[in-house]
Amino acid sequence: MTGAPDVPMQLDDRIPDGPLAEKWDRHRSALRLVSPANKRKYHVIVVGSGLAGASAAASLAELGYNVSCFCFQDSPRRAHSIAAQGGINAAKNYQNDGDSVERLFRDTIKGGDFRSREGNVYRLSQVSADIIDQCVAQGVPFAREYGGLLANRSFGGAQVSRTFYARGQTGQQLLIGAYQALERQIARGAVQMYTRHEMLDLVVIDGRARGIVVRDMVTGAIESHAGHDVVLATGGYGNVFYLSTNAKGCNVTAAFRAWKRGAGFANPSFTQIHPTCIPVSGEYQSKLTLMSESLRNDGRVWVPLKQDDTRLPRDIPDAERDYFLERKYPSFGNLAPRDIASRAAKEACDEGRGVGRGGLGVYLDFATAISRLGEDVIRERYANLFEMYERITGENPYQTPMRIYPAVHYTMGGTWVDYNLMSTLPGLHVIGEANFSDHGANRLGASALMQGLADGYFVLPYTIGDYIAGTKFAEVDTSHSAFAEAEQQVRDRTARLLAINGSRSVDSFHKELGKLMWDHCGMARSREGLELALRRIPELRAEFWADVRVLGSADTLNQSLEKAGRVADFMEFAELMCRDALEREESCGGHFRVEYQTPDGEALRNDDEFAHVAVWEYRGEGVPAKRNVEQLEFEFVQLATRSYK
Amino acid sequence: MNAIIGLWRSTIGKKIAMSLTGLLLVGFLISHMISNVLVFVDGASLDLYGAWLRGFGPLLWIPRLILLGAVVIHIAAAYQLSALARAGRGGSYRDHDRPASTYASRTMRWGGVLILVFIIFHILHYTVGIIHPDFRVGEVGRNLVRGMESKPVALFYLVSMIALGAHFLHGIWSVFQTLGINHPTWNRWRRGIAIGLTVLVAGGFASIPAAALLGWLR
Amino acid sequence: MSTMRLTLKVWRQASPEAKGEFRTYPVEADEHMSFLEMLDVVNEGLIAAGEEPIAFDHDCREGICGSCGMMINGKAHGPRAATTACQLHMRSFKDGDHILIEPFRASAFPVIRDLVVDRSSFDRIIQAGGYVSVGTGAAPDGNAILVPKEMAERAMDAAQCIGCGACVAACPNASAMLFTAAKVSHLAMLPQGQPERHRRVLGMVEQMDSEGFGGCTNFAECEAACPKQISIENIARMNRDFLKASLREREETGAGAVSN
Ligand SMILES: Cc1cc2nc3c(=O)[nH]c(=O)nc-3n(C[C@H](O)[C@H](O)[C@H](O)COP(=O)(O)OP(=O)(O)OC[C@H]3O[C@@H](n4cnc5c(N)ncnc54)[C@H](O)[C@@H]3O)c2cc1C
Ligand code: HEM
Ligand code: HEM
Ligand code: SF4
Ligand code: F3S
Ligand code: FES
Repeated sequence: MTGAPDVPMQLDDRIPDGPLAEKWDRHRSALRLVSPANKRKYHVIVVGSGLAGASAAASLAELGYNVSCFCFQDSPRRAHSIAAQGGINAAKNYQNDGDSVERLFRDTIKGGDFRSREGNVYRLSQVSADIIDQCVAQGVPFAREYGGLLANRSFGGAQVSRTFYARGQTGQQLLIGAYQALERQIARGAVQMYTRHEMLDLVVIDGRARGIVVRDMVTGAIESHAGHDVVLATGGYGNVFYLSTNAKGCNVTAAFRAWKRGAGFANPSFTQIHPTCIPVSGEYQSKLTLMSESLRNDGRVWVPLKQDDTRLPRDIPDAERDYFLERKYPSFGNLAPRDIASRAAKEACDEGRGVGRGGLGVYLDFATAISRLGEDVIRERYANLFEMYERITGENPYQTPMRIYPAVHYTMGGTWVDYNLMSTLPGLHVIGEANFSDHGANRLGASALMQGLADGYFVLPYTIGDYIAGTKFAEVDTSHSAFAEAEQQVRDRTARLLAINGSRSVDSFHKELGKLMWDHCGMARSREGLELALRRIPELRAEFWADVRVLGSADTLNQSLEKAGRVADFMEFAELMCRDALEREESCGGHFRVEYQTPDGEALRNDDEFAHVAVWEYRGEGVPAKRNVEQLEFEFVQLATRSYK
Repeated sequence: MNAIIGLWRSTIGKKIAMSLTGLLLVGFLISHMISNVLVFVDGASLDLYGAWLRGFGPLLWIPRLILLGAVVIHIAAAYQLSALARAGRGGSYRDHDRPASTYASRTMRWGGVLILVFIIFHILHYTVGIIHPDFRVGEVGRNLVRGMESKPVALFYLVSMIALGAHFLHGIWSVFQTLGINHPTWNRWRRGIAIGLTVLVAGGFASIPAAALLGWLR
Repeated sequence: MSTMRLTLKVWRQASPEAKGEFRTYPVEADEHMSFLEMLDVVNEGLIAAGEEPIAFDHDCREGICGSCGMMINGKAHGPRAATTACQLHMRSFKDGDHILIEPFRASAFPVIRDLVVDRSSFDRIIQAGGYVSVGTGAAPDGNAILVPKEMAERAMDAAQCIGCGACVAACPNASAMLFTAAKVSHLAMLPQGQPERHRRVLGMVEQMDSEGFGGCTNFAECEAACPKQISIENIARMNRDFLKASLREREETGAGAVSN
């Protein structure tokens, strides 16, 4: 499927008319319905069992659709959503601190640096409250007050307390709630679950997504599954950087395959870097661990004033320390937002003042807080985080400052979808982190869980019905030649990977690609760096296809083969990211182009030229992808510059 | 009835059966121990006790059958659970470290077998009397003392009581767990109760062969 | 000072049917590596030498997804208490150590390859009732039902289970009681779990038994091995619930009423 070169991509956002607050309700009542008796006849394929996928699969099955759900882990409960720590936002105003749907909406739009759609974000804020009710009813053990009411905490980017949490394991508990709902539907026979199955292609017939090709990761069998709708809930692609806080299996494969089959990909370069992660300790490092941002409430961030200062932190007198966040952002200090704090740390390290192995780290020091509040208070607040830190680093943060460094955490970019969460390919819906929809150029803390569940529980179940009810489906099953072709392509590619038998492991390529991306398409991006990366990536890709070594066979569990397929896609996708970053000639949210900054180093947006979504269109092997544009209209909020000075 | 069969079919049900029958046996043993230590008062009072028991005539078979039934159920459950456990593991580890389980808990099965052997011997010894050197129906106290005169027999009794003690120690703690008798405030008593009862019952019993070995029993 | 030479003895099994054997690999590790990173290093060496890398499950590598899990010197997830294999760091070992690595073994966890086992039996236990039957969108306001803080905390203690299977691996009987009890307890301690409390425990226990796990005889090894420190108190609670449910419910609904 290569889009004809001249026809511009259809990018109708399908945002309903009318006042913001009424859009969703009106739209919902106007959506076409599938009669209950007929739903069973429609087969929906849900790829992914994270918060988005599990909630969608369970809700669709409950409505009566015939659902198949896929994940690559051995159980749907292990999807990456399980790792989310901090919490989930909802405009409940339980704290009576003036929260409202309106306020959550504004915070999210502003947090996203005005690069998201008003209509979507407003709807997200509206359904946020229902999510909490749903999860409570499922038995999610949210934190409670002594009176038995739900507790809240506050989170970055908001002045109200609207974050619901279950200790430091909110994602786990929400996912287990959704997983249980899913297992219930599996027991009923309404969902057919395929674990350890990886989607390797999307099948498009007569312009509609009609099925997928998967590999059974245990037997190696390549299988086809046909349906009336395909829902991708395959999560984010932060692992293009090799090192990130994402789970090791996170990948872009499903979304990328869909892209090659015609689904537009929006803002691929929009990635979020989280400032407080545990730094890399050596070459062997396989992933990065996030430390809760709340540590910055009491920790002071600093580096030595001098370069290459190898003294122990306690031997460096105060006068020879640079508390750079406090210096640069006197009013927000150590609490400057994620992107700003991250960049400042990177600058300090680039100047050769980083600490720890490899010089990629800054101190997060609790000494002041401990002497002011006492060790007990600090222990009470952060004991489990300190323990986690010690477990990983072997250092005791009560005695020596923590070392932290920013790491890739989340990807705002993703498959382009309209208000109904449908991609440019009819019959392909995309939900959760896999789509681009609601966070613009930067996501607020605790909003990804909210969006994943909003999509899965409360948006998709309605909008998918509209598509199904409004479509006359041709009879299609897996005997259609399109399936055989797709299967053959998958087999050929697998065979090709196994046949190379070169000299380098998949991981070594992935690491090299990751480093390249981190250096040039990471926290700070420049034309020069991006152009360099764009030259280097195709070379690296060629080396990969000439020299990778994947041992074993295609018909057993073969983890190298799985990785190789994912890295092969990252190798192509990385180029798209760099091009997107290059062509967005402004700085906004997580996207910081060094050429576009204010004299004092802050992000400089260019609303006149870039208040839009960049939607990339695949046009065939070897043909440069085309950049299309969805203009963003701001009717209800005023575009303003963020300032945290 | 349904409920009982249903229970028995499950592993938890078998375990519950084991704990209830175990409890019954514990109850019997407490009273049995108390009556036996009467031997330290004098043989005659035990004889009186024996005579009183025999006064019930055929009725005595009711508690006997109940006890027998309990032992059978207890053993059947133990056997089935052991078989399920073996099947559940399916193959063995090269190395399996077990830091948390106690010596007592790990020897429940073989300890149980030893107790079974003991019971058979014991009944032939003191109730049926066929392996008794000089058995006289009704003279319980005298039978007891005479039966312990053989050192190997007394030693066997003593060793069996150690096995019984180990079985008790884990068994009684285990009963609380199996029957779900747990409450945060008094869970810490469960070990104490187990140890106390073990010392009392196994110790009480063991005192008899021990005394015999030391020549104090007459 | 921080690198160490170790000798690994690792279970290699090419497929579920293959016989499998231990193979010995030397490795140079850094004390700051995680255990899985150490295995990554071994694997890189194996690939270079033309031997297929050791297969092991893993995903989050931060102790929450429950994917990883192997017997390390006879202990599920290795020597450090309350720690998954991915969170175990090499500083728990010393230069010259021999490390024996085996898959979790249980009939209900058949080996797929090397250290990878099939734990789908856990999912089926959840399918047999480990949920609250609530339709999407039908829920009352989150604050409509009060949950005492201590109850929420205790439910959370049980709900933290990551489904890793270490309890089964460590239990001498290969029993899945701790896992099952954690889920039963999580829901039994919350008001939302009450209506289906009896059905749930009957269904889940029946499924657990039919998966071929051993029964529990109160060894408490599971609790010691559990990376989330789930207490065997939950097993006692489940036993009690099961007994009650068996006596009350079974007469009414027939054996092991399962779900839908
Ligand atoms: C460490 C960490 C902490 C976080 N904390 C928070 C927080 O506190 N609050 C918050 O709001 N957000 C947080 N986030 C972000 C949030 O967790 C994620 O954005 C969100 O969980 C994504 O959910 P998802 O359902 O879209 O995808 P995922 O949970 O990533 O699920 C993806 C699913 O797709 C499947 N899949 C992927 N590819 C394929 C394929 N090719 N074939 C078959 N199946 C496939 C996987 O098996 C999986 O089931 C955090 C993220 C990280 C990394
Ligand atoms: C006759 C031979 C016996 C055998 C083969 C036997 C075997 C066993 C076994 C295998 C267990 C399970 C261990 C465990 O759950 O941890 C057990 C438990 C127990 N046994 Fe025995 N036993 C026997 C006799 C007795 C006797 C005579 C008593 C009474 C004193 C007794 C009391 C108990 C108790 C109380 C338990 C604990 C049950 C529970 O865990 O809830 N057993 N027995
Ligand atoms: C040192 C320890 C023990 C001594 C000295 C002892 C002594 C006796 C004696 C003298 C009798 C005969 C009583 C009579 O005929 O009225 C008897 C009966 C019996 N004992 Fe023991 N006993 C001991 C321990 C045990 C133990 C540990 C068990 C069980 C595990 C046990 C089970 C029985 C039973 C079942 C009978 C038969 C009761 C009946 O049916 O009449 N005894 N014992
Ligand atoms: S109870 Fe503990 S050991 Fe068992 S599966 Fe859950 S977390 Fe793992
Ligand atoms: S170790 Fe096994 S025997 Fe029971 S208490 Fe734990 S399941
Ligand atoms: S890899 Fe997720 S718990 Fe270890």
